[in-house]
Amino acid sequence: MKIGSKIYTTIVFAFLFAPIVVMLIYSFNDSKSLSVFSGFSMRWYKELLNDRNTLESVKNTLILAFSATAISTVMGTAAAVGIEKLRGKWYCRTLKTVTDIPMTNPDIITGISLMLMFVFVGRLVGARTSLSFWTMLIAHVTFCLPYVILQVLPKLQQMDKALPEAAMDLGCTPLRAFFKVELPEILPGIITGAIMAFTMSLDDFVISYFTTGNGFETLPIRIYGMTKKTVTPKMYALATLIFFTTMSLLIVRNLVDNDQRREKKEKKDIYAIK
Amino acid sequence: MNHKLNTYRLMLLPYSVWSVLFILVPLAFVGYYAFTDDSFSFTLEHFTRFFTATSTIANDDGTTQEVRTYVLIFLRSVRLACISTFICLLLGYPLAYIMSKAKERTQNLMMTLIMIPMWMNFLIRTYAWMTIMQDTGILNNILESLGFARIRIIGTETAVIIGMVYDYFPYMVLPIYSIMAKMDTRLVEAARDLGCGSLAVLRRVIFPLSLPGVISGITMVLIPSISTFYISQKLGNGKFLLIGDVIEGQYVANNLHFAAAIAFILMVILLAAMAVVKYGTERYVYGGESE
Repeated sequence: MKIGSKIYTTIVFAFLFAPIVVMLIYSFNDSKSLSVFSGFSMRWYKELLNDRNTLESVKNTLILAFSATAISTVMGTAAAVGIEKLRGKWYCRTLKTVTDIPMTNPDIITGISLMLMFVFVGRLVGARTSLSFWTMLIAHVTFCLPYVILQVLPKLQQMDKALPEAAMDLGCTPLRAFFKVELPEILPGIITGAIMAFTMSLDDFVISYFTTGNGFETLPIRIYGMTKKTVTPKMYALATLIFFTTMSLLIVRNLVDNDQRREKKEKKDIYAIK
Repeated sequence: MNHKLNTYRLMLLPYSVWSVLFILVPLAFVGYYAFTDDSFSFTLEHFTRFFTATSTIANDDGTTQEVRTYVLIFLRSVRLACISTFICLLLGYPLAYIMSKAKERTQNLMMTLIMIPMWMNFLIRTYAWMTIMQDTGILNNILESLGFARIRIIGTETAVIIGMVYDYFPYMVLPIYSIMAKMDTRLVEAARDLGCGSLAVLRRVIFPLSLPGVISGITMVLIPSISTFYISQKLGNGKFLLIGDVIEGQYVANNLHFAAAIAFILMVILLAAMAVVKYGTERYVYGGESE
């Protein structure tokens, strides 16, 4: 890289990491200040561990993220296989367009639209509060599904189409062929899709904000509530912990990707030797 | 054979039902709420309110002025979002270019570095900027210790723009980079061999080839920044409400029908803008090569 490029890149990355560094440093601040560093201490981490409501919201966030990921991964993978096998049919093309909607629509519209429907249906059946864990779960599954589908579809397209055909010619039912032949081939795509869905669900604030109710609070919603009042470095301690958790997920994802790349390379090498 | 197709149809069924129930039907509800009043009978009052409601604002020189409340906010959202998108492009394009030229390992590292801030909750990112830019914040402390005067950023439009640029910057860089990384370098070499200077290569070869990435980058930044809420509440001290903040406020106040009407207007305008962009690219980028 040229000197000019290096300087430019450094400045941009300094901008990108400034708030993160600030957050990391001040989470260890001894005083309550978010701008004057008075000494190293772990007190905000200790306070965080004693904060029942926050821990509860972490638990809620994880329950929600795991459920949403499980449902959207299974449903999304099945849908991707269906879309790939039946491609060219009018309903598949329509379905692909519909899949793009949650990705291109602003979050606030996705959130508002689901909320309006939930409130309307809730009123229709005479429920006192229509928003709850369940409405939020539906919302999360809805915005996670496209990520799973869009990760699995290309893997299905890259796969050797003769493999499942061969399995079926040898007597497998389509379902059995899917589990025995296709699933192992597309598994990396499913895992990437699931991890993306999981992180999206963990991180989502806007859609959750409009679809939650009945006292069910996830972490982003709790953070939103906390930032309405004066914030203590406790929130930075929390953010630091979340940051390292998502970082490790990212690393796991990279490892999966690297494994794949290496495997592909090895396969290529074998063919090269032949 | 038929049995096989049926299996696949069955696999597709849950998602088909789900996407109708939870993507299409909710969107229909936005329209339904937007055109009805509290007792669900047809009305256009929300739209009339959006386009005609006025309020009085105080100018800096002490005079007051009658303005169209929601139209003004909407135009402000569009303006700030456009400025932010433009800055993202200006900053992101060179970075994407530098990345695509780097060694493969450096490229991967830079990709990860760009994505890391995205994995931190956007509320916390925005809040961290607030503490940096505060009047007694870190930035001003640094400026003062270097002997400069303190500056006032928080509560200005600049602060809101900084927040938007920061939050959506990766969405600009990644699509441009992925197009540039795949670009055929022989075309650049050919242009050089035929006597193009660096600037001419950039203008006549690299930029046109990277346009699809630029366009998807622009849409990916413009859409969330037009509709964002929270950023201006925190960084603009609530002085520069954006259309997303209005929708949120109406939701909190339980004015669901008016909130739906604003969401409806936003959605229609975004769809129209995207159609124009798509048509424009197809016509002028891919269709009009011979000039």
